[in-house]
Amino acid sequence: MNNVFVYCEMEGNHVADVSLELLTKGRKLANELGCKLEAICAGTDLSDVEKQVMPYGVDFVHVFDAPGLFPYTSLPHTSILVNLFKQEKPQICLMGATVIGRDLGPRVSSALTSGLTADCTQLEIGSHEDKKNGIKYDNLLYQIRPAFGGNIVATIINPEHRPQMATVREGVMKKEIMDENYNGEVVRHDVAAFVSETDYVVKVIDRHVEKAKHNLKGAPIVIAGGYGMGSKEGFDMLFELAKELHAEVGASRAAVDAGFCEHDRQIGQTGVTVHPKLYIACGISGQIQHIAGMQDAGIIISVNNDPNAPINTISDYVINGTVEEVIPKMIKYYKKNSK
Amino acid sequence: MSLKIVVLAKQVPDTRCVGKEAMNADGTINRSALPAIFNPEDLNALEQALRLKDTHPGSTVTMLTMGPGRAAEIIREGLYRGADNGYLLTDRAFAGADTLATSYALATAIRKIGEYDIILGGRQAIDGDTAQVGPQVAEKLGLPQITYVEEIQEVADGRIRVKRHIDGGVETVEGPLPIVLTVNGSAVPCRPRNAKLVQKYKRALGAQEKAAITKDGTELPYASLYESRPYLNITEWSVADVNGDTVQCGLSGSPTKVKKIENIIFQAKESKTITGSDADVENLIVELLANHTIG
Repeated sequence: MNNVFVYCEMEGNHVADVSLELLTKGRKLANELGCKLEAICAGTDLSDVEKQVMPYGVDFVHVFDAPGLFPYTSLPHTSILVNLFKQEKPQICLMGATVIGRDLGPRVSSALTSGLTADCTQLEIGSHEDKKNGIKYDNLLYQIRPAFGGNIVATIINPEHRPQMATVREGVMKKEIMDENYNGEVVRHDVAAFVSETDYVVKVIDRHVEKAKHNLKGAPIVIAGGYGMGSKEGFDMLFELAKELHAEVGASRAAVDAGFCEHDRQIGQTGVTVHPKLYIACGISGQIQHIAGMQDAGIIISVNNDPNAPINTISDYVINGTVEEVIPKMIKYYKKNSK
Repeated sequence: MSLKIVVLAKQVPDTRCVGKEAMNADGTINRSALPAIFNPEDLNALEQALRLKDTHPGSTVTMLTMGPGRAAEIIREGLYRGADNGYLLTDRAFAGADTLATSYALATAIRKIGEYDIILGGRQAIDGDTAQVGPQVAEKLGLPQITYVEEIQEVADGRIRVKRHIDGGVETVEGPLPIVLTVNGSAVPCRPRNAKLVQKYKRALGAQEKAAITKDGTELPYASLYESRPYLNITEWSVADVNGDTVQCGLSGSPTKVKKIENIIFQAKESKTITGSDADVENLIVELLANHTIG
């Protein structure tokens, strides 16, 4: 009762990184609240799945293992969460802001009439005073996210409804093993008691999952282009620089929306979060959603002909010039000096 | 088979081209500085609906939107492209709705529409980026859902087959009708307005739009047309019209509350500004090589 739950996403019998990141965050929240951390793993052939999650400090692992639970479809997983939560009454439920989490979260929240905040960039515990009704709430989950085109950062709370639900993108929280030998309890549930046969109406008839084509998330150097790159051809210049520096190319949402770069390279709140040692922002103005995905970079260089671009304020180096002028020079002088 | 299709669409502020004037000095949003547009992914959803109508003779496409009186524009844009009719859910009681209260309102309106085989909407709206309303509407109606749809491949014998995007790949998924689908921005773009349909529907107005024209005593232009051509009257529905429970609508029906809004002020770092000159760029590269940041 009243614990912190994390829904663990499964790819085959492998727990997704984003879920392990949320277990790490969930452990910290549980410590602060003085409650337990519980994990839910639902899929097929999960005989020792608990070994993957327990080291993150999980006190209870709820395993739902049945044919039909992998690949994921909405209704069976919804029924598992809804029925389990009716029994267990969690205070917080976290899940990845992935295709699965963003399909499942809203459905569960609707069934339980509980609030859900998408794509949070920070989660904290705090209090709230409803002055109008004279009620004070302690230990609420602050769900913090940029909103409204990135012009504001909103702190969302769910004072009256439980669980307080939030989704978080992969890479936003840090994954950290707490104790290799952490000894939690495993509960293997009878899936049929939670999921009815009619829940399996949607069938996955074909499925292709490929490993990512690039390693943007783990790249030590990221060169990112924005709308200021002007075109797809402009991005070719970035790929050339990236090849020299052994870097990966990323993009702002504006550049992706304009078709300059593929969607899977988008950096920011609704894309990938990166933690490189060097980040070169080219023709990127620096909306908060973009900043949310790269602010932990070690060194930030901004190439921009607008001296007032917001990204300049968080940059270590600002190169005041056009991308067309500066990037070829960077390539040229790197080649000249690195040999 | 002919299909009854409902398209959920939202009028949104164009957050993609937010300028400096979009924020007031006190940190609130200056909505008048932002153009109101048809949510981009809802247009992708509309195109999927219209394609079904093209390939399944006798099908109808009904637009459903929620918003203030001026959101009737969304219905018109749908009619211009081939939708058959539309409803604007509008009531002060809907104001301040989070995604849950929004989906409650939409679900009650869909029940009022009554007949539906496929409910389509964009994956998410650009003003909130939550992607929650589609699945929540599905749950409220007790229907299955398929999100992140890229293409509807086939509808036959009461079943639908779609291609959808998942993290790192694609899936082909099949489900029964009726069903709720949300469509990605990477799906085929929406067809342009049809000139004949623009001619037909350009004077279509909702009651609030008419009231706004006549409020200072101006006579409604072409007033008689609205009697002779009933399709020019865009239907507005209030909470009562859809038999909604006001407690579950708007602010009171929203479990999430906004505790705090902060305007963005970046913490200024100590930064070094250089020019794009050869000498400056070369010096920077040399410095980064020297401290092993690159190379």
